[in-house]
Amino acid sequence: MPLRNTIETPDVEISEETQIKPFTMNFGPQHPAAHGVLRLVLEMEGEVVERADPHIGLLHRGTEKLIEYKTYTQALPYFDRLDYVAPMNQEHAFALATEKLLGITVPRRAQYIRVLYAELGRILNHLLNITTFALDVGALTPALWGFEEREKGMEFYERICGARLHANYFRPGGVARDMPAGLAEDMMAWCEALPDYIADIESLLTENRIFKQRTVDIGVVTTEEAQDWGFSGPMLRASNVPWDLRKSQPYDAYEEMDFDIPVGKTGDCYARYLVRMAEIYESLKIMKQCLEKMPEGYVKANDYKVTPPPRAEMKSLMEALIHHFKLYTEGYHVPAGETYTAVEAPKGEFAVYLVSDGSNKPYRCRIRAPGFAHLQALDFMSKGHQLADSVAIIGSLDIVFGEIDR
Amino acid sequence: MPAEALQDLADYIAEKLEGEVTGTSFMKDELVIHAHAENIVSVMQFLRDDKECQFHILVDICGVDYPERTKRFEIVYNLLSMRQNNRARVKISAAENEIVPSVTSVFSSAGWFEREAWDMYGVPFSGNPDLRRILTDYGFEGHPQRKDFPLTGYVELRYNEELKRVVYEPVKLAQDYRNFDYVSPWEGMTDIQLPGDEKGTIPPHGWTDTKKGRAKNAAS
Repeated sequence: MPLRNTIETPDVEISEETQIKPFTMNFGPQHPAAHGVLRLVLEMEGEVVERADPHIGLLHRGTEKLIEYKTYTQALPYFDRLDYVAPMNQEHAFALATEKLLGITVPRRAQYIRVLYAELGRILNHLLNITTFALDVGALTPALWGFEEREKGMEFYERICGARLHANYFRPGGVARDMPAGLAEDMMAWCEALPDYIADIESLLTENRIFKQRTVDIGVVTTEEAQDWGFSGPMLRASNVPWDLRKSQPYDAYEEMDFDIPVGKTGDCYARYLVRMAEIYESLKIMKQCLEKMPEGYVKANDYKVTPPPRAEMKSLMEALIHHFKLYTEGYHVPAGETYTAVEAPKGEFAVYLVSDGSNKPYRCRIRAPGFAHLQALDFMSKGHQLADSVAIIGSLDIVFGEIDR
Repeated sequence: MPAEALQDLADYIAEKLEGEVTGTSFMKDELVIHAHAENIVSVMQFLRDDKECQFHILVDICGVDYPERTKRFEIVYNLLSMRQNNRARVKISAAENEIVPSVTSVFSSAGWFEREAWDMYGVPFSGNPDLRRILTDYGFEGHPQRKDFPLTGYVELRYNEELKRVVYEPVKLAQDYRNFDYVSPWEGMTDIQLPGDEKGTIPPHGWTDTKKGRAKNAAS
């Protein structure tokens, strides 16, 4: 509960000289609880936050500007560097937007691999957020346990694309390469084993008295407020809004998946934690279905004007060689038009507003990051709370500065 | 949302907001509403509160720069209606230094998005309670997302050992910035006019096709 309503001003005469102005405090940009390079200027009334003014942009790299100078192929890796906790989910939005403008469809196997890895990204993201959130409010062990499992998940990234983080794997027209032999079995084994580890972490937190004291009724956001502030993803669902783009506007193979949308009732930090925890189990469900129903076939659209030809063909066919050369120098031209394409990233609605002028480079590529809207609401969420509570609120926002600063 | 229902919604909005919007269109099945900049607040208010629309979430505001237009900036508002499972895009145009009314009174989320549009494109929003720069450095000059702002920027910073602080200096590149342009008339490409292409087109008058021995285009 906001403390300001409960504290009563003592009936003591305070002279002009001893009157204390609101104390301004600087928090970050180098602070472990700031989740990156967040500089927060807090106006304090004693221990109570009067106003929180986040200063962002310390990680601004001008991604949107850079993309205007790169071909569509070259623009894709920038998306890994936005939300570097779940890189492939960002690529997904750009790939879908480009495909929509190109008017191409992706083979079913590629769709399944994309969904599989998008859900793996969601688990990686939630594992990181839940454990560091627990760390912020004083629980060390979940971080130690969670990161071990997270590392195993990142190995699956490495096995499919060669990199733990910067994948560059979801390409317009499909995915970069097929899954190597044995990967599906190992992933299935991991999916079977993970719930035990998650249950361990859950047993440390969900009914933990200290954890609940720090999170329950902290940073309450009502349904109306969540909509007004443009919330999305788990932040919106924790405020009792059953809304998930994977269900309501399904893309790729999500239509064929069977999963539930966890919804929180109270809209506080604890509800946000519970929603993320439940989403891990739902993501595991989707991953298992993907692995079971994974169809055979190509992983790239059969259109050499967009996707590169196989390497073997390049050794014998001149056309294949020309296509490869042209794709990696000039790139493909995208017909003029514009689209706003959104995906349900782990943090919320991640969208790309892509404007093409018919050339080989995007005219404008607006990146809509969910964290940007969430951090904006920090001021009203932490108003009237104690300083330590604002740390809990930042933890529950699930912010990563790669995507907020862009 | 099915296409007919979206078309009905577009007609409904165009009818209800006659005079405030200049028209509606569809881009890749996405509803786009073109509005006058001075009416943006009432348009957004209508789209949020009307029973048929119910666009309760303002997802995004961004600018786009078209330097060749007289009103060079386009401000794009992306709206989401969860009730109808529907999206809409409202577009307004603004000339350089033209003041655009802020929609923070309708949607709280507009605050930072407008700050970003101001920072990146220099579009001033009147009525925004906190129109500071947001992503660029303290004391930054210029609006980096404009098409006439160079990719490398104008200043770079480094730590000066003598002054014991970070100093700004004009950008010095060890190698010129190279913007490789591979655009070519490759097959499968969209219709683009390249330097030299005009030599391949048939001139309108006075050209004789020697093989057939008669003046081509003579009639036209």
